[in-house]
Amino acid sequence: MTVTLFIPCFMDALFPRAGISMVEILERLGHRVVCPEEIACCGQPPFNSGYWDEARTIAAPVLEKLKDAEVVVIGSGSCGAMIKKFYPELFKDKPHAKLAKQVAARTWEFSDFLVSKLGVTDLGAKFRHKVTFHDGCHGLRELGIKTAPRALLGKVNGLKFVEMKEESCCGFGGTFSAKFPMISTAMGEVKCAAAAETGADYIVSNDSSCLMHIQGLLSRQGSKLKTIHLAEVLNQQ
Amino acid sequence: MSFVSQFKTLASEKTRDLRHRQVIRTALRSYEVVRDKRKAAFQSWESARQAAAETKWEAINHLDTHLEALVAKLEARGTKVHWASNGVQAREIIAQILRDKKARSIIKSKAMTSEEIHLNRALEKEGFTVVESDLGEFIVQLRHEPPYHIVFPSMHLTRGEIKDLFQKELGDAPSDSPEELTMVARRVMRQKYITADVGFTGANFAIAETGMISITENEGNARLTAALPKTMITLLGIEKVLPRFADLALFLPMLATAGAGQPMTCYNTMYSGPRQPGECDGPEEWHVVLLDNRRTELLADAEQRDALHCIRCGACLNVCPIFRNVGGHTYGTTYSGPIGAVITPHLRGLQEWKHLSNASSLCGACTEACPVKIDLHHHLLQNRRNASAAEPAFFERLAYQIFGIVVNEPIFWSLAKKIGWLTQPLQKAVKGSALDPAKAWTKTRDLPPQPRESFKDWWRNRK
Amino acid sequence: MSEREKILGRIREALKVSAPLPGSHGDTAAHASAETPTSHAREWLPSVGVSVEEQFAMFAKNAADLKADFQLLASRDELKAALLKLRDAEKWSRVASHGGEQTDFACKALGLPVTLTDRGYAVQEMEQCDAGITECDVLIAQTGGVVVTNRSAGGRALSVLPPHHVVIARREQLVADLPAAFAFLQQKYSPDYPSMISFITGPSRTGDIERILVLGAHGPKKLTILCV
Repeated sequence: MTVTLFIPCFMDALFPRAGISMVEILERLGHRVVCPEEIACCGQPPFNSGYWDEARTIAAPVLEKLKDAEVVVIGSGSCGAMIKKFYPELFKDKPHAKLAKQVAARTWEFSDFLVSKLGVTDLGAKFRHKVTFHDGCHGLRELGIKTAPRALLGKVNGLKFVEMKEESCCGFGGTFSAKFPMISTAMGEVKCAAAAETGADYIVSNDSSCLMHIQGLLSRQGSKLKTIHLAEVLNQQ
Repeated sequence: MSFVSQFKTLASEKTRDLRHRQVIRTALRSYEVVRDKRKAAFQSWESARQAAAETKWEAINHLDTHLEALVAKLEARGTKVHWASNGVQAREIIAQILRDKKARSIIKSKAMTSEEIHLNRALEKEGFTVVESDLGEFIVQLRHEPPYHIVFPSMHLTRGEIKDLFQKELGDAPSDSPEELTMVARRVMRQKYITADVGFTGANFAIAETGMISITENEGNARLTAALPKTMITLLGIEKVLPRFADLALFLPMLATAGAGQPMTCYNTMYSGPRQPGECDGPEEWHVVLLDNRRTELLADAEQRDALHCIRCGACLNVCPIFRNVGGHTYGTTYSGPIGAVITPHLRGLQEWKHLSNASSLCGACTEACPVKIDLHHHLLQNRRNASAAEPAFFERLAYQIFGIVVNEPIFWSLAKKIGWLTQPLQKAVKGSALDPAKAWTKTRDLPPQPRESFKDWWRNRK
Repeated sequence: MSEREKILGRIREALKVSAPLPGSHGDTAAHASAETPTSHAREWLPSVGVSVEEQFAMFAKNAADLKADFQLLASRDELKAALLKLRDAEKWSRVASHGGEQTDFACKALGLPVTLTDRGYAVQEMEQCDAGITECDVLIAQTGGVVVTNRSAGGRALSVLPPHHVVIARREQLVADLPAAFAFLQQKYSPDYPSMISFITGPSRTGDIERILVLGAHGPKKLTILCV
C-alpha cells in the first residue's frame, strides 16, 4: 500500500534518523512511502496551551494534505494522538469536522501500524543490547499502545528486554517542560532513576519528544544510559 | 504574591526536596500494592467503574429531584436541613447553631468541605473550641497547617516528626511507633467525645431514596461524634447525592479500594435522623447543612459537569506525578491533585487558578485511576482553552501565530531549521546563563544536538 | 426567595443543557436502561462462592485478614464456654450490653455487672466497661463484616465506645455479599429505618501515620464475632 508518513516538527529537525528508519522499514516491507513536504507540525503546542484557533490554523492544512492518504503513519504517540483523538475534538462543529474524523480513522502510530494493521512483528532486526521501554503517555493512554512495541522488540535478535518497575510520565509534556521546568525535571529524574535501576544500556521509546527530555537529563547527569527511538532499533540489520 | 507565583515558588522548593520525594514514594508504594490487590479481587473493576460513572451521572443530572427527595425524607424524621449558597452563609448557619446551643466544645470528624469554607478558623475566632478527632486531621491541627491530602492528611510526616510533635504539644510521646502514637491520640480524644456539646461531621454520600447520610471511616471517630454529643451538625456539598440505598453496595467497596486499597473501610454508617422515639442514645438535634459554593457553576458547564461525580477517594492524587513531586500543600488550596486542578478554577476563579490546570503534562494517569471515570486530564485541557479564550496572553498567542506561519510555509520552516543549526555554537556559549533564551530547559537539561541534515533534507536529496 | 429556592433554581437552570453519558465519547446518549446501573453489582464485586460452607469459609478468611476474632460454635454450651474464656483471658470486670435473646443469654453466662443501654445509660459508666456485647443484623461473607443498627444492637455508642466489641450472631444471619446485605436491610426496615445503620468491617484502625495500618484507633481495638 501507499503509506503517507507524517514526520513531526522535532523529528524532522532533531531526530531525522528515526524518520529515515521508518521509511527504510516500510519500504523493505514492500510499501510505497510518501512524505508530504508542505506540512511540518500537527499543531499540538498551541492546542495544549489552550490556543485552539491558532492550533486550527496549523491543523487545517495538515488535514487538507492528508485528505487523500490511504493510511497515515506517525512515529510519535503524542502527534498520533493529536491527529487521531484530538483533531475531531478541535474541529467539532467546525468546517473540517467530517474530514478530521475521516483522517483520524486512517491514522496510525508506527508500532501499532506494524503490528495491528500489517500483522508484522519480526523485521529481521539485530540489536545486541539490554533495553528498557518508556511508554509515552499519549500513546499509552490516548491510543492504548502498550503491547505493540514490546511485541516488536521481542523479535529483535540479541535484544534483552527488561521492564521498568514503575510506570510514570517522563515529565516532558510539551510546553509544560518549559513552563514548569522544576516539576518537569523532578519527574524526569524519577524516570531516569527507574530506567537506571533496570541495568539497561538503552531506553527505547516510540516518542522522541520524551527521549529528548530524558536524554537531556541523562547527559547532564553524565549517565552512561543512552536513548534511542523504537524505529531505529527495528532498523538495525 | 499571586497564587501562580506562590505555586511556582513552592513547587521549586518541594521538587528539589529529595527527602520529601522519598517519604511520599514510600507511603504511596505500600498503597499501590494493596490497591492493585483489591482491584484484582473484583470480578470486573472496569464494569464497576462504568456502573459507578452512570450512577453518578444519574444523580448529578437530576440533582434537583434527588436533593428534594433527600431533604423531604430527612425533615420527615426531625432533621433540620439548611441550605447555604456559599461559605459565608454556611459558617453563619453553623455558628448560629452553636450560639443557640451555648456550645463550648465541638468535636469534629473529617470533613474536607469544612476546610473549603475555613470553618475552624471562623469558629475559633468566635471563641469556640474545635477539636479534630481524625488522627491525621488532629496531627495537622497541632502543626497549624492544612491537610496534605484529602484522604490522608498527614502522609507527608514521618513517625519521628509526629513523635516530636506530640512531645512538644501534648507532652506525651513514649516512642515513634505508629501504634503507640495512635494510642496517645486515642487517650487524648476519649474525654473530649464524652464531654463535647456538639459533634460535627462531613458526609461521603447522601442517599435520595431513603433520606440518609453515609459516612465512611476507619477510626470510629465519626461514629463517636454522631453518638455522644447532644447536637450533631453535618456539612456536605450538594453533589454528594446518590439515587438509591442499594447503590452503596458498589460505592462503598470502590471508595475503599481506590482510596485506601482496602476491601471496605472499618465503619460505613448511614444516618437517617436524630434520635428517634424508642432509641436509647444519639443526638437530640441533627442539623444538615447543604453547601453550594459555586458547585452550581460547575454544574452549568455541561462539558465538565462530570467533575461533580467525584467521590473524594484521592486515587487521582495518588497516581499523579505532579502531586507526588510537589506535594499537597504546594497547590495552596483545599482540593489538590488532578481533581483540585480541574475544579479549583471553577470554584475559585478561572484566571486566578488556571495555573493548576497548566501545571500538568496531561499524562492521563488520573483519568485511568478515577473510579467514576471523570475525564480529568481532558478537563485540564478545556480549562486551558477557556482561560486563553477569555483572556489570551498577548505574547504567547503571538508566538503561536508566528509558529503557525513558520510551520505552514516550507520556505520559512527550512529557514528556521537553518537558523537553528547556525546558532548552535552561540547557544553553547550562553547555555544556562541569563542570556540563554532556552534557560528554562538548559538549567537542568542539555539540549539535543541538531544534525546538519534534517529529515526533509534527506527526503529531498533522495529524489 | 429562600436559599433553597435559589440553589434549586440554579440547578434547574444548569441542567437545561445535557451532559454526555460516561463512556459515550462526547455524544449525549439517551438513558436507555430500565434497570439501575448498579443492579448487576454482584457480578463485578469480588466473588463469594455458592454454598453456605464456602461462604462461611470466606467470612472466616476475611475476618482473619481484618484481625477480627471469628468463632463458629456448635451450641449454646460452646457459646457460654467461649464467653467465659474471653472474660477470664481479657480480665473483664464489667460489660455493657442491651436486651435481646442472644445478649440476655450472654450476659447471664458471664455473670458480671452489666450496664444495659435500652432505657438510657450514663456514658461515664459505659466508659468503665471492658466490653460491649451486642447482637447484629447480618454477617457478610464477602467482606468479613457485620451490620448493626442502633435498634438491634443497643444504641449508637455500644458497638463503638467500649474497647472490645463482642457480637453474638446466629448462623442464619450470614448473607453472601454487600448487595444481599442492603437488600436485607431494605426489606427488614423500610420505610422506618433505625436512625443509625453501621457496616463494621474489623476492629477500628488508622492509616494516617506513614499510611501504615494500625489497629485500635478510636473505636474498639478488638472485635470478636461468636456465631452459633
